[in-house]
Amino acid sequence: MPISKSVGARIKRREDPRMIQGLAHYVDDIQLPNLLHVAILRSPYAHARINGINTDAAQNLSGVKSVVTGDDVKDVIGGIPCAATDPEGFPGIKVPHHPVLATGKVRFVGEPIVAVAATDAYIAQDALDLIEVDYEPLDAINSADAAFADGAPIIHEDWDDNMAFTWSIAGGDVDAAFAEADQVVSQRIDHQRLVPNPMETRGVVAQYLPGKDQLNLWSSTQIPHLLRTQISVMLGMAENHVRVIAPEVGGGFGCKLNVYAEEALLGHMAKYLVQPVKWIEGRRENFLHTIHGRDQTGDVELAVKNDGTILGLKYTVSADVGAYYQLLTPAIPTLTGLMLCGSYTFKNVQMNLTAAFTNKMATDAYRGAGRPEATYLIERMIDVVAHDLDLDPLEVRRKNFIGKDAFPYETGTAVAYDSGDYTAALDKALKMADYEALREQQAKLREEGRYLGIGFSTYVEICGMGPSAAMPAGGWESSTVRVDPTGKVTVLTGVSPHGQGQETTFAQLIADGLGVDIDDIRIIHGDTDTVQYGIGTFGSRATAVGGTAMVHAMGKVKDKVINIAAHLLESNPQDIVVEDNKYCVQGAPESGLTLGEIAMVAHVGVQLPEGTEPGLAESHFFEPPNFTYPFGTHIAVVEVDADTGEVEIQRYIAVDDCGNIINPLIVEGQVHGGIAQGVGQALYEEAIYDESGQMITGSFMDYALPKAHNFPRFELANTVTPSPVNPMGVKGVGEAGTIGSTPAIANAVIDALKPFGVRHIDLPLRPEKLWKLMQET
Amino acid sequence: MKIEVTVNGEHQSYDVEPRMLLVHFLRDVVGLTGTHVGCETSLCGACSVMLNGDAVKSCTILAVQADGAEITTIEGLAQNGELHPIQEGFWECHGLQCGFCTPGMIIAAHQLLERNPKPSEADIRRGIEGNLCRCTGYQHIVDAVQYASKKMTT
Repeated sequence: MPISKSVGARIKRREDPRMIQGLAHYVDDIQLPNLLHVAILRSPYAHARINGINTDAAQNLSGVKSVVTGDDVKDVIGGIPCAATDPEGFPGIKVPHHPVLATGKVRFVGEPIVAVAATDAYIAQDALDLIEVDYEPLDAINSADAAFADGAPIIHEDWDDNMAFTWSIAGGDVDAAFAEADQVVSQRIDHQRLVPNPMETRGVVAQYLPGKDQLNLWSSTQIPHLLRTQISVMLGMAENHVRVIAPEVGGGFGCKLNVYAEEALLGHMAKYLVQPVKWIEGRRENFLHTIHGRDQTGDVELAVKNDGTILGLKYTVSADVGAYYQLLTPAIPTLTGLMLCGSYTFKNVQMNLTAAFTNKMATDAYRGAGRPEATYLIERMIDVVAHDLDLDPLEVRRKNFIGKDAFPYETGTAVAYDSGDYTAALDKALKMADYEALREQQAKLREEGRYLGIGFSTYVEICGMGPSAAMPAGGWESSTVRVDPTGKVTVLTGVSPHGQGQETTFAQLIADGLGVDIDDIRIIHGDTDTVQYGIGTFGSRATAVGGTAMVHAMGKVKDKVINIAAHLLESNPQDIVVEDNKYCVQGAPESGLTLGEIAMVAHVGVQLPEGTEPGLAESHFFEPPNFTYPFGTHIAVVEVDADTGEVEIQRYIAVDDCGNIINPLIVEGQVHGGIAQGVGQALYEEAIYDESGQMITGSFMDYALPKAHNFPRFELANTVTPSPVNPMGVKGVGEAGTIGSTPAIANAVIDALKPFGVRHIDLPLRPEKLWKLMQET
Repeated sequence: MKIEVTVNGEHQSYDVEPRMLLVHFLRDVVGLTGTHVGCETSLCGACSVMLNGDAVKSCTILAVQADGAEITTIEGLAQNGELHPIQEGFWECHGLQCGFCTPGMIIAAHQLLERNPKPSEADIRRGIEGNLCRCTGYQHIVDAVQYASKKMTT
């Protein structure tokens, strides 16, 4: 698609005026008459039997309207759904019932047990203190290893062990590769558990309209339509009597790509009480009972030649998935498997995954969702290979890169990379970094006892999710484009942006495509009564898939507009061009008609060409033929303080290729935020459960989110390799920064500590860990 | 308890429960929902408001402690339909994505620029360390504060 006046421009966001003035409405900002406030009693034990619950005192507290236990709802609210439980894909999978409120037993700290609705949020909290639960504590499991140990307590007693599921993938001939290898380079690698932590926690408001038998449910969600389907199933309501609205959503990062207990519970309570209810998750609750990310530990083996050529990879890994599945839990590690070959040519690959139930919150999609594990693993291992073979890590990368002429390229894991030029991104980043000078500086500083490190990540990732055949719950997307009689354009999109800026980028595409002022365009999303069914925002798909659906719907509208214009101008459609936002006969701009003039004709309906339907609105459902594969090179330059072990990021260079760019300002923002989250994983963040299953990092005091002073000014650039998968040539950029940055930082820190003989350190690279290593050697 | 406060220039009296937090008072009683609750423990800064000229975290102050105070919330920054230069900076520089931390971040920046009208980049990064943002990686927020600093000092 040609870059024209709007597409490709650094246009400031149309979302912002309401947000910078405090006029945006998030779930907690919704007020309804007679609104009740819900608080939830959660398990303080990781694993315990519940021998009794006494709610009498809570019931009797003035202001309390209703107290709901698991026994009250077990026959009226279905289990929390998981969309990835096919035993053909996951041999031996166990699918435990996942109740909205626990009955009989609790399986992780934070599991909901009792819900209280009261006239005020403070009274609802008071009531929780009056509830007595008779717990019989059981031994808890806080890791996959513990889950598989002999004599381990059984979390789900329908089965006789804690194995949740297995999954494997293999390509090429791994045994032959390892037989041919000069060396096998091995390393055990941990991908620590992370908490997504959007700044807005989750929240739900539910309202039941008995006259219409309609449930209105406002939720801070990334997937309003999928949520509506699931809520209707869980509550036994007709889907077209359930309306889900995602209002302003304060960040998601995957954790709101889900269906949670509270969403169904509040829906039920609103209907049962015939009174609206609101629940706003506290931060502590968010740490405990909103999905977590990562938590894989595995052994990697690389078969290599002495010149650094990689022949094959084996990854034997266990995943700690928590006590129950959430919507996509088992599917996440499969994305790791798909991307194990990274940017490199080896095709002999094998991954065997065993997943364990533990007494923790479920893992699920967190920014990158399975791909950060693959990228961290392969990018870290490239440096381990370089270390073992005494090669420059860049040399190992270049030796194994997939060449730019090889695309489309089928990997050993049978995914087809759409387009790429990995060398171009690397070369550009090296030039920006002035690599030779950095190595000289490093050598000089080492003589002074200062430890500078340079780390690379030459990542590729899979996004634009995705073809439906490869997705657990549909991978297409939808859009309706309609033009009002006065020429104002309304777009209904099935994606559900929550910070990504599609109210701006989608309007840019429409402004150019239809020849209309950007201020005359409105992008509507997130209301299932207004918008046709869609899938939602996740997997860096909103523009690549949802934007493409919109571009196709717009194309249908434009065809009709041109036909009407040709009729009115007594010309042929092929002679109509759009100049200065006017549809005119080529070479006769003075006779042009605006979109509004044509739209009025379409709606009045009397001057239309014969056989043309009145009105001006078209829909399109787009099924992408493939995923997209953004890539790039990130270079981190860090210094590790020898006295304290603290890591200072001195420079961060990122050259990303996300295909064509609609709005560079927004792409930069996505990359900045992505890098920050990946740095968080590398240096600071870790969700730790102790042996009794208590989360000991359950607040911002103990779980370190990166702050502004943790970063230097990021140095960004792009290469542009358009994707052939969609007509815009876009790939997606929501997760690339996170996927690319974690290994770059890890490799830089480990490079800095090379004089200490360090080969690998597990994340996060906190000061005390590094300081101890430096003291030991 | 009876309290009298001036919120965004408007003087009013209210009857509040002694245990009510200032942020809930502003949001649920006064009806100004631009101030957000992100962590309830003073760590994220989403609830920042100006209280007698100081940026404070309203999630850990009681409403009764604000008796007699002058409070400015995000809704009180724009004057006569004109955005405050800091708001303008956040818009111009793409200083926000999901927008949830933004009101608190703007209040923190306001305090910073009052104390130091021409902060260096390092000053800005240190100056907003009490406010967490999960979306932006902070760089465009730094740009926004620099934009405002320039506009407010020339």
